[in-house]
Amino acid sequence: MQISDLPKYPLSQDEITVINEVIKKYRDKKGALIPVLQEIQKNIGFLPVEVQKKIAAELNIAEKEVYGVATFYSFFSMIPRGKNDIRVCLGTACFVKGGKKIADKIQKELGIKPGQTTLDRKYSLQVNRCVGACGLAPIIIINDKIYQKVKTEEVMDIIYSYNK
Amino acid sequence: MSEKEIKKISGLEDLVKISEKLKSLMEGKTVISICSGTGCKAYSSDDVHGKIVEELQKKIKESKTNADNIVIKKTGCHGYCERGPIMVIHPGQTCYLGVKPEDAPDIVESAINEKVVEKLLYKDENGSSIEKENDIPFYKHQQRIIFDCNAKIDPYSIDDYIMIGGYQALAKALKEMPPDKVLSEVKKSNLRGRGGGGFATGLKWETTKNAAGDTKYVIVNADEGDPGAYMDRSILEGNPHSVLEGLIIAAYTIGANHGYIYVRQEYPFAVKSIENAIENAREYGLLGKNIMNSGFDFDVKVHRGAGAFVSGESSALMAAVEGNVGEPRLKYIHTAVSGLWSKPTNLNNVETYANIPHIINNGAEWFRSTGTPGSSGTKIFSLVGKVNNTGLVEVPMGVTLRDIIYKIGGGIKGGKKFKAVQTGGPSGGVIPEALLDLPVDFDELYKAGSMMGSGGMIVMDESDCMVNVAHYFIKFLADESCGKCVPCREGLRQLLYIYERIINGQGQVEDLKLLEDLCILLENASLCALGGTAQNIVVTTLKYFRQEYGAHIYYKACPAMVCKPLIRYEISSDKCSGCTRCVKVCPVDAISGKPKEAHAIDQSLCIKCGACMEECPEKYSAIAKSTGIFEYEKEKEAVFADKGQ
Repeated sequence: MQISDLPKYPLSQDEITVINEVIKKYRDKKGALIPVLQEIQKNIGFLPVEVQKKIAAELNIAEKEVYGVATFYSFFSMIPRGKNDIRVCLGTACFVKGGKKIADKIQKELGIKPGQTTLDRKYSLQVNRCVGACGLAPIIIINDKIYQKVKTEEVMDIIYSYNK
Repeated sequence: MSEKEIKKISGLEDLVKISEKLKSLMEGKTVISICSGTGCKAYSSDDVHGKIVEELQKKIKESKTNADNIVIKKTGCHGYCERGPIMVIHPGQTCYLGVKPEDAPDIVESAINEKVVEKLLYKDENGSSIEKENDIPFYKHQQRIIFDCNAKIDPYSIDDYIMIGGYQALAKALKEMPPDKVLSEVKKSNLRGRGGGGFATGLKWETTKNAAGDTKYVIVNADEGDPGAYMDRSILEGNPHSVLEGLIIAAYTIGANHGYIYVRQEYPFAVKSIENAIENAREYGLLGKNIMNSGFDFDVKVHRGAGAFVSGESSALMAAVEGNVGEPRLKYIHTAVSGLWSKPTNLNNVETYANIPHIINNGAEWFRSTGTPGSSGTKIFSLVGKVNNTGLVEVPMGVTLRDIIYKIGGGIKGGKKFKAVQTGGPSGGVIPEALLDLPVDFDELYKAGSMMGSGGMIVMDESDCMVNVAHYFIKFLADESCGKCVPCREGLRQLLYIYERIINGQGQVEDLKLLEDLCILLENASLCALGGTAQNIVVTTLKYFRQEYGAHIYYKACPAMVCKPLIRYEISSDKCSGCTRCVKVCPVDAISGKPKEAHAIDQSLCIKCGACMEECPEKYSAIAKSTGIFEYEKEKEAVFADKGQ
């Protein structure tokens, strides 16, 4: 993905305030970049280029470094997340118990790949590394609620139940 | 309890006094402890908890005798995740499994009358009930040292931890043992790192202790990234103070005044639990300036990871704490000498730190009395996959794989045949049935071509394809490779191409040799252990399951019938009654046929989803899955040749 592919995202006044507050909190601390990115993503939902540029300027580090960190870690996203965040665990235990089938089914039904968001911004899909609930494999997580021992036939019913 | 009234703890006598006092308060009480680990939470144990509290309050209002004698506790993970939500009633140790909210009235009633709810007990194969937790086969064959306290304490209560003797090891170390003595005790204990490599903890501490410089750091590595392993999370969630106590002792020994706990982003409850523990410990004067009047200062911060498997590697983890891209570096100078912000840094795994208080309290000799000569103590494994009792198990080092899988794990699910067990996460390898009597410790697993890793143990049965499993791990590692060094980045990518070829039925005879050559390269030339150990899964599957590779390459067959391009579904015209159910269910309209006529599958359209086979009524069973030599799809071969691979 190229930066130029991403739509422009003008920051609103509220968002600028949030960003300023977060940066103020961490400004003179060692190793501030990751906590700053985490907190801003938590508030805004994703990390558009405009935000990254602002962080770089405020923390006085190179833009490429912010971009490097933001794209290295899987938790950070430069694409807006959907209203409902679906995460399918593909850890080994879930994988051997059919997690892949579940992920395929969701991709097919929603028409999005992992890391993408549906056009109506209702759902976004991620495949996760092991979330450590292996005893209950296969699992999916929707907005922090864990569904255990999910069956392929049931998965879309679970997902669509969020569309109310 | 009166947390705020207790002033800063001044030392060992103080801790003993508080512990005695708390114990006396609990005397004669019945404790209902409800597991609130992530596993049981997913089984809605929070609802069960709510209902029990409600029910008990009702009884208290009715001023039922004995009702005020009952205490309800939300604890960390008990380990038997398969049968959650789990509940244990102390002091009798009555264990209830699979508890539902509607069972609450019965449970409260029987706890008051000191009776047992029969239907919630464990039933053995003969149908007779087992009441006590320790008599259940899953627990009976374990030896729980680290994990034992999880079921007894509320992780959010520092008083609970102090009651069971918590922080006494720290008090003892600060008062009676100079750092050198602590170090020699840890060295004598022969404790080895529980996170993967199994490096001697004492030696690691000594290197950092002796390194030049005044500022030193200690770090807890809780970036438990191995898929299939979750013991570190369960310790942090269930008994965070034990890790904190171990960390403070390490800091005191080494001479560090600052520490970090690196927790991965996927573990929000663990972050909450350890942050709460730190706050409570600070209030009690167990963290901060002049801890228990010893003159020793120490404080700790939590760093949340942002999702990168490679960041569990020590130098990469330190780069991440510094706020940089979490890539490893060459370690010609160890992080023990020049780590975080180029200062000497000691990094150990969660479980390693949790062992320290036990060693200080009971001595190195005691610790060495468990386990094997080369690997002392116990190890927690997460037993998952195709096994009847999934969950966390703690056993002494040296127990055989067979005992873990069959005695504790209760054998293979659905009566299928055991095929292999994968240990050590993506860095480990697979172990076949012939080696099931292998005693599990650091050295034996290494000899078998696998490794302990952080203790993931994934059981696979005859329906798992070993080539596909190897492909899965190589894909995982190729995705997670940070890309800094060429052997790992390009080597893994080439391995992945070869695996894709093999599972698509386009494997060539030379591929096996190529896999082996690439493994040698990865092992010797990679910058860090991610690439360096990636070969384990390839080498062990090749060594123990070579015939499966052979079947894929020579016969274009997947014996376990997993690899889609190598299997096919066919309808037997003799058995088919023409009910059209499969025609309706086929997602790609590959099945043709009119009602009452035998149907047929168009193989060129079939995506091998298996829906038709599931749909076909049992009385006909007309659809069969097969694999073997069938016509090589010439067109695909041509496309493949075009790509020049």
